[in-house]
Amino acid sequence: MPGVMLAVIPMSNDVMAEIQHDYLFNLVLKGERADGRSFDEFREITIETNVIDTADGSALVTIGTTQVLVGVKVQPGEPFPDTPDVGVIITNAELIPMASPEFEAGPPREGAIEIARVVDRGIRESKSIDLKKLCVTEGEKVWIVFIDIHILDNDGNILDAASIGAIAALLTTTLPGARYDEGEDMPLPVRDIPVAITTVEFGGELLLDPSLDEGKIAGTSLTVITNSDGSISGMQKSGTDPLTTDQIIRIVDMAKTAAEEIRTKFLEV
Amino acid sequence: MSERPERFIIDGKRLDGRSFDELRPIKIELSPLDRADGSCYLEWGRNKVMAAVYGPRELHPRHRQNMTRAVVQFRYNMASFSVDDRIRPGHNRRSIEISKVSREAFEPVIFTKFFPKTAIDVFVEVLRADAGTRTAGINAASLALADAGIPMRSLVSACAVGKVDGEIVLDLMKEEDNYGEADVPVAMTVGEEITLLQMDGHLTPKEFYKALELAKSGCRQVYELQRQALVEKYNKDYSVDEDDARSDAGGDSDE
Repeated sequence: MPGVMLAVIPMSNDVMAEIQHDYLFNLVLKGERADGRSFDEFREITIETNVIDTADGSALVTIGTTQVLVGVKVQPGEPFPDTPDVGVIITNAELIPMASPEFEAGPPREGAIEIARVVDRGIRESKSIDLKKLCVTEGEKVWIVFIDIHILDNDGNILDAASIGAIAALLTTTLPGARYDEGEDMPLPVRDIPVAITTVEFGGELLLDPSLDEGKIAGTSLTVITNSDGSISGMQKSGTDPLTTDQIIRIVDMAKTAAEEIRTKFLEV
Repeated sequence: MSERPERFIIDGKRLDGRSFDELRPIKIELSPLDRADGSCYLEWGRNKVMAAVYGPRELHPRHRQNMTRAVVQFRYNMASFSVDDRIRPGHNRRSIEISKVSREAFEPVIFTKFFPKTAIDVFVEVLRADAGTRTAGINAASLALADAGIPMRSLVSACAVGKVDGEIVLDLMKEEDNYGEADVPVAMTVGEEITLLQMDGHLTPKEFYKALELAKSGCRQVYELQRQALVEKYNKDYSVDEDDARSDAGGDSDE
């Protein structure tokens, strides 16, 4: 079939975005979402832990068709000079080109860095991991916990999937004492279960768990990380549109409720 | 890293109980990813790999476009937690080489002339590694390309052979790969044209010919599994309901 050519040149993203925007905007005005959910409804979540046996802890999280794989590796290493008696957490996220036609290969850019830092913040600030217990020899050797987030399929809200995956993986993580001649294997000391929940503002309404299209057209998103006792350990507003105080209060409330549901359903120890 | 076993072959069986010409179990799942145009998840022994294909799509930057054919791009990448000691995320010299030879394994089978100025992107992510990840990646990529509807002359099937304890054996597992005497990854088409061949270690020419024949028999076995996976999926997705077909035909003859 010589001369066969596919129409592979997609309509310009700007044009698509405008059409999408109008369509979703009109839906929201009618109180609807494209996939039929109510505004405060999550897509179906699944969590599978211990999926990678070379990792010390791992979890595959799906939210709708979004898929995120988190692997945790624990290795001995040197502590930071200013905190010689506590362990180290290093969080890294990769938006690999497999996950979306919009992701490109190469070192992490601002999107990936933001995801890694927000997930890291929730775990660090909630003091979820008892870092004092990760000290082997003060000033010399501590456990370093690497949390690696691998986005496999991006249908929106990868931040929440990464956060849920990170804590689910940490809950199943073993400190590999035997492998490094540092005593016996033991479970990683996890004390709290921080969960990040993202809400987008769009047409004056607040939508929980934005799909890819909703996330793209929304002017702003607010991620709220809440802990088991309902306290907040991290927040991140992303996007250019402003939010009112009233909206922020409602978003915090929605995030707390959603996190509680996810925690009860999947993450209780 | 695990200790070197004293012997790799005991009573004619290998460490995991396989015979010399036996593959590790292979599990194939087609289209596990929603975003990609085609995708395949493949488990091979303890290997877990995901392959995704995007395209044909616009190629950037434009100076890389070819006016007469599509450009095939292949990116092999290992997850940092896929091996015992965490590896730094991102490309390294090993993954760049594997990406190159894997791409070349597919160039001869893809009808790139149909899609000038475009890119066909193949991404392979190794999620859990246990020797033979490049061949696992190629097998998964082959199915992901088919799943994406990319026209090809043939599937590509890949498999490694090696030498342990003086014996030529099919499909090395990790201990055999780490401490064995040779490793020969091979990829080929249905017509038994070899599209990838690498070798490291030590073999006599005679041993090499034997190894190549064994690799080909492995590739043939892999091909059967690949074919089965495609038939299973696309028979299910596109089978025509017989009654519908009959009533359609009947409608035509009435007019």
